[in-house]
Amino acid sequence: MINKIINLGDSALYCDFGQDVSKEINSKVIKYFNSIRKSNIEGVTNLTPSYNKLIISFNLSITNSKKIKKEIETLNIDYENKIINKQIQIPICCENSFSPDIKRLEKKLNLKKEQILENFFNTKYFCYMTGFIAGMPFLGDLEENMRADRLETPRVKVPKGSIGLTEQFANIYTFESPGGWNIIGNTPLNVFDSSNEIEPNLINPGDTVIFKEITYNEYKKYHE
Amino acid sequence: MSNSYFELIRSGINTTYQDKGRNNLYHIGIPYSGAMDNRNFLLANKLVNNNLNSPVIEFAYQGPHLKFTGDKISIAITGDVIFKIIKRNSENIGNCYESYQIENGDEIDIISTNKTIYGYLAVGAQIDIQPQWKSYSINTKASIGSNNGKKLENGHIIELLKLNSNKDKKKIEYINSKVENIRVIKGTNFNYFSDEGKKNFFEKKFIVSKLSDRMGMRLQGNRINNIVNTNIKSEGLIKGVIQVPPDGNPIIMLSDHGTIGGYPKIGVVASVDYDRLVQITPGSNVKFKEIELSDAETLFKLYEMDTNNLLNQI
Repeated sequence: MINKIINLGDSALYCDFGQDVSKEINSKVIKYFNSIRKSNIEGVTNLTPSYNKLIISFNLSITNSKKIKKEIETLNIDYENKIINKQIQIPICCENSFSPDIKRLEKKLNLKKEQILENFFNTKYFCYMTGFIAGMPFLGDLEENMRADRLETPRVKVPKGSIGLTEQFANIYTFESPGGWNIIGNTPLNVFDSSNEIEPNLINPGDTVIFKEITYNEYKKYHE
Repeated sequence: MSNSYFELIRSGINTTYQDKGRNNLYHIGIPYSGAMDNRNFLLANKLVNNNLNSPVIEFAYQGPHLKFTGDKISIAITGDVIFKIIKRNSENIGNCYESYQIENGDEIDIISTNKTIYGYLAVGAQIDIQPQWKSYSINTKASIGSNNGKKLENGHIIELLKLNSNKDKKKIEYINSKVENIRVIKGTNFNYFSDEGKKNFFEKKFIVSKLSDRMGMRLQGNRINNIVNTNIKSEGLIKGVIQVPPDGNPIIMLSDHGTIGGYPKIGVVASVDYDRLVQITPGSNVKFKEIELSDAETLFKLYEMDTNNLLNQI
């Protein structure tokens, strides 16, 4: 199931499930993630599932690459476990001040702002993974004509709530952070709640997300 | 309650509580955090008879100026730090790696680190702060950890719950070794870069940029040319990964790093050199040296033995 397992530095393994981004490959990654979590392998300190990779971090003081690799290769994977799916609606305001990269996208995609937004709001998204910063959902997939590269140099600060696009993906900056995605709007919703240690994420892998455009006045009302 | 506390007359530039950090949260986007320089963190706790994973006060460049109220307590400062202990009738420059007894009314003025970034203040007491996800470590970018995930401000009060009974003087001889050479294992996208880029990566010096913090260290002075693809499908990152964005200037992931990234990985810093890497100040040089996995594992074991020997001497 895993195409190859190689080391990433001296304290992590890199499990490669393929090059494509698809729900099928992603669900394999999630199944491995769930099975490894349940198996409590000694020394494993973190697991990072992504579109088509799984990184296993471990404590080099008590184990090493070779031992963990052997454990993973002989692990029983629970293929039956289901990913729980819910549908979430996220309000977005695309006022000029919230969409600093729209001009760049107009040029890159050869589309007008109105068309970019129409395409964006007409898409139903699947959450592949969460991370980069706490709770940030990676959502796909944008249509072919909506795909642009990251910024050449990542921004040092992207405001909380920003919606970014890169390639076939959209994401939400759950708080202010550095970042290199093309920013087209902002949500007033709190997508990550750190006071909730059990379920801090509003959006989890496997969930469906739809975006709804709101005006600046509606946006301001969320904060009142 | 012990009625003992420190007041921060001056908080310092980036003063936070740190312990060894939190595990098992990469999948929701939360990094380890924890003390940047693990060895100095452990030594500070040991010098004041704390449990080795107790939270300490980490500071960067300029440290806090603290005034103590309460019963006699022991403190210790580790790193390469210049500080003063101010008592009613005296004012003395203190030594790192040595514990001091602090009494009611005494002040500690942590003036600055010297050619390094991070220093540690351990107090021989249980600090009245709350953990989040089982760790006291503050991640200011995510607002996670004790003190609501915020750095300590002027006027902050460090409430002490229970003072350690053993306040004996403790001391070790130790000097932070300054390095410029950092050992690196090739990354998963090493072959994305031009032959010249790969060669320069291990042969030329880089300069640490001012835009470096607990999340990452940005390097300049030597652009690495990508010949395959400047983006990869976003995937997990770990502490020490060296990513190269399209502008060719490498970025090293540090303790508060983003957990997922889409820039190719040219290398990963060997764990043995992490404590020393984080102490390299902006404007200084860094040079990478390639090592194999097996060597990195052996060197880490030796480094850990060395740390344990130091701890046992205390």
